[in-house]
Amino acid sequence: MEPTIALAGNPNSGKTTLFNALTGARQHVGNYPGVTVEKKEGTYISNGCKMHIVDLPGTYSLTAYSLEEVVARDFLVNSKPRVVIDIVDASNLERNLYLAIQFLEMGIPVCIALNMIDVAQRRGIEINTQKLATLLGVPVVPTIARNGQGKRELMETAAQIAQQGKELRPLKISYGDDVDQALVEMEAAITAADFLTDTYRARWIALKYMENDEQIMAIGARVNPALAATLTARVRKVSLHLQETLDTYPEAMIADQRYGYIKSILKQGVIQRHYDQNRLYSSDRIDRVLTNRFIGPLIMLAVIAGLYHFTFTYSKTPVGWLESFFGWLGDFMSAHLPDGLLKSLLISGVIDGVGGVIGFVPLIMYMFFGISILEDSGYLARVAFMLDRVFRTFGLHGSSVMAFIVSGGIAGGCAVPGVMATRTLKSPRERLATLLTVPFMNCGAKLPLFALLTATFFAKHEAAIMFAITVGAWGGALLVAKFLRVTVIKGASTPFVMELPPYRWPTFKGLAIHTWERTWQYIKKAGTVILGISILLWAMMTYPGLPASKLQAYAQRRAAEISAFPSAAVLELEAGAKSVRLSAAAQQLKQRLAAIDAHQAEARLRNSLAGRIGIALESVSRWAGFDWRTNIALIGGFAAKEVVVSTLGTAYSLGAVDPEASVSLSQTLAQDPFWTPLLAVGLIVFTMFYSPCFVSVVCISRESGSWKWGAFSVAFNTLLAFSLATLIFQVGSAMGFLAK
Amino acid sequence: MSRIMMRQMRDNQSGTITAIKAGSELGRRIRDMGLVPGTEIKIQGRAPLYDPVALRVMDFTLTLRNNEADYIEVEVE
Repeated sequence: MEPTIALAGNPNSGKTTLFNALTGARQHVGNYPGVTVEKKEGTYISNGCKMHIVDLPGTYSLTAYSLEEVVARDFLVNSKPRVVIDIVDASNLERNLYLAIQFLEMGIPVCIALNMIDVAQRRGIEINTQKLATLLGVPVVPTIARNGQGKRELMETAAQIAQQGKELRPLKISYGDDVDQALVEMEAAITAADFLTDTYRARWIALKYMENDEQIMAIGARVNPALAATLTARVRKVSLHLQETLDTYPEAMIADQRYGYIKSILKQGVIQRHYDQNRLYSSDRIDRVLTNRFIGPLIMLAVIAGLYHFTFTYSKTPVGWLESFFGWLGDFMSAHLPDGLLKSLLISGVIDGVGGVIGFVPLIMYMFFGISILEDSGYLARVAFMLDRVFRTFGLHGSSVMAFIVSGGIAGGCAVPGVMATRTLKSPRERLATLLTVPFMNCGAKLPLFALLTATFFAKHEAAIMFAITVGAWGGALLVAKFLRVTVIKGASTPFVMELPPYRWPTFKGLAIHTWERTWQYIKKAGTVILGISILLWAMMTYPGLPASKLQAYAQRRAAEISAFPSAAVLELEAGAKSVRLSAAAQQLKQRLAAIDAHQAEARLRNSLAGRIGIALESVSRWAGFDWRTNIALIGGFAAKEVVVSTLGTAYSLGAVDPEASVSLSQTLAQDPFWTPLLAVGLIVFTMFYSPCFVSVVCISRESGSWKWGAFSVAFNTLLAFSLATLIFQVGSAMGFLAK
Repeated sequence: MSRIMMRQMRDNQSGTITAIKAGSELGRRIRDMGLVPGTEIKIQGRAPLYDPVALRVMDFTLTLRNNEADYIEVEVE
């Protein structure tokens, strides 16, 4: 088996670019077991030498606070890669070496890639590579990941280390007399008791106890509670002493000393600066404009609107191709298969289900392409910087904005790519709150129903209603996010402390790989589940079919109609040539038959499981004013929100109504005394807030790593929506608002 | 020379960190980014709503919220 090499490094150090340069297309993305952190693996081939490369998540440190750091650490400890290539940003050496030092403390064989050496040179920073390598005791290879320079030398060096496979002596830094003394004692106790030493080195375990590392301390308490207690007591002693004498903590002391060690290395002629300290980098000059108090927000609005336009307008063409393809496939099946359940299953269950999954693909690709540009260029961090103050108020993060916008923060988005867009968020609690609230935005599929109800009941105020709906969705989502953050997802906000990376031109290769891998993950993970649920929903709206006696009754009514007309008209209709204009008699017959079909469809829907549920729910849904027809339509909306209008049409015996041209349904609702403007408002609010469609639910479950959160979003959102709709209907009715 | 908290610093003002008064996760994150006693910083500016604050530290730009800057003590001219 080829040797495993891990790539590690700070975010923005060019790690992903190097990974892409090394592996090209020979890579795939998965997840680390049990968590939602992406695991990227690939193969490097050169001169017949093959190496397995794992791209670890980008981290600044190796603590147990963030998921990424725990994952990276666990991989290093459990999978024992032969070499870790630590990608270090040469233009930002001091901070990048902080991670390198921690690898050396662990005693892991490291090779340093001194990346972006060209950027460092342009900034007037000169680095003595040889000297750095000698002082650190590990090889250092200068690289430029963007054009692949240095990549061969780097891999040759890494291969050499892998072949030698010699044990590296862990780096011992002095953390001050008190800590050092305690570490020696603890190390001896750990070695004597063989405490976790089959996995970790004794000094490192002692160091982690000193750093108050939750993960190691939890494992320790399980394995050997007595020793764990002794170690903790020793740490507490040092801690109290440090607080008394120096007003500091052991973990602060350790961090200070690590940086002190790095400074001492850099001072020995490793780094030379030929520039004016106060000189502005071009990045800073760009920031003067892009984050300017007045122009900055305006540019941001334009960029966000541009991203939105790019995602939803330009993806229309490929979405259209896919729609026509699946439409054609459906028609083809419908023409060539015998009528019956199999045909219905294939068309309404399988083709609609697969089409439903694939139909989102162009949307997701465009969205990720756009977001990748913002992310790779460094602009996304500025958006988070500018908007954090607003979103923090609601327990969210500045980066949450993208997910909201894509989901329909500008009416007409889609929650599925919106849910996927939360991947750019690194703070776990803020991310979960965002995930659970983005479906409140007005996605494109909700709009036909809003348009129908507004046109029917508020014909003169369409713009005002649309505006109110958008504001309502934002307000609702932010307030619910706040509510969730003080209840089910409570906890202090994750520290914002974030790097504003220098602006960089994204590379097309990087964008393409980024976009494709995220899209593929959607297809792979969501696809199978969505197909299954689609078939289930189809079955709910189909079974049980009408009893034979009912079917016979409809057949008889049809026969009666046909026999009442002259045979010429019947023949004319059966010939069915579309281009020929039908005679008045044939036209009339056609309409009557269609009416019977529509009645049968209504009876069938009413008799199906979904229909029965809708009728059974009527006793409760009456509180909000919904009858069984609305209930069925809303159940159908769980499959996809655009189904609400067409199902409502079927339930009103109008046949399947085209959501884009629902004039007949509008007239029916306007004439129905049961429908009042108040009920319409209630239904709009309900539709805004109730359960996300199941594709979104599947994505929420996948992205949060638990079906629990998917189920939560179904139950909580529906309950919330129903409470709001009931409140509106009951209070409105009592006060006599918006009556007919 | 006087010691103030980072929140009180003006735009473009420079200083040297003297203490980080936060423990646990926040303290760790601040230190991981190189904000340790002895490090020189310069305030670059603030977001349009005056929070968070952006600062130059070593060779990069860092941003943190005002309530996080409250834990960082800086010695200024």
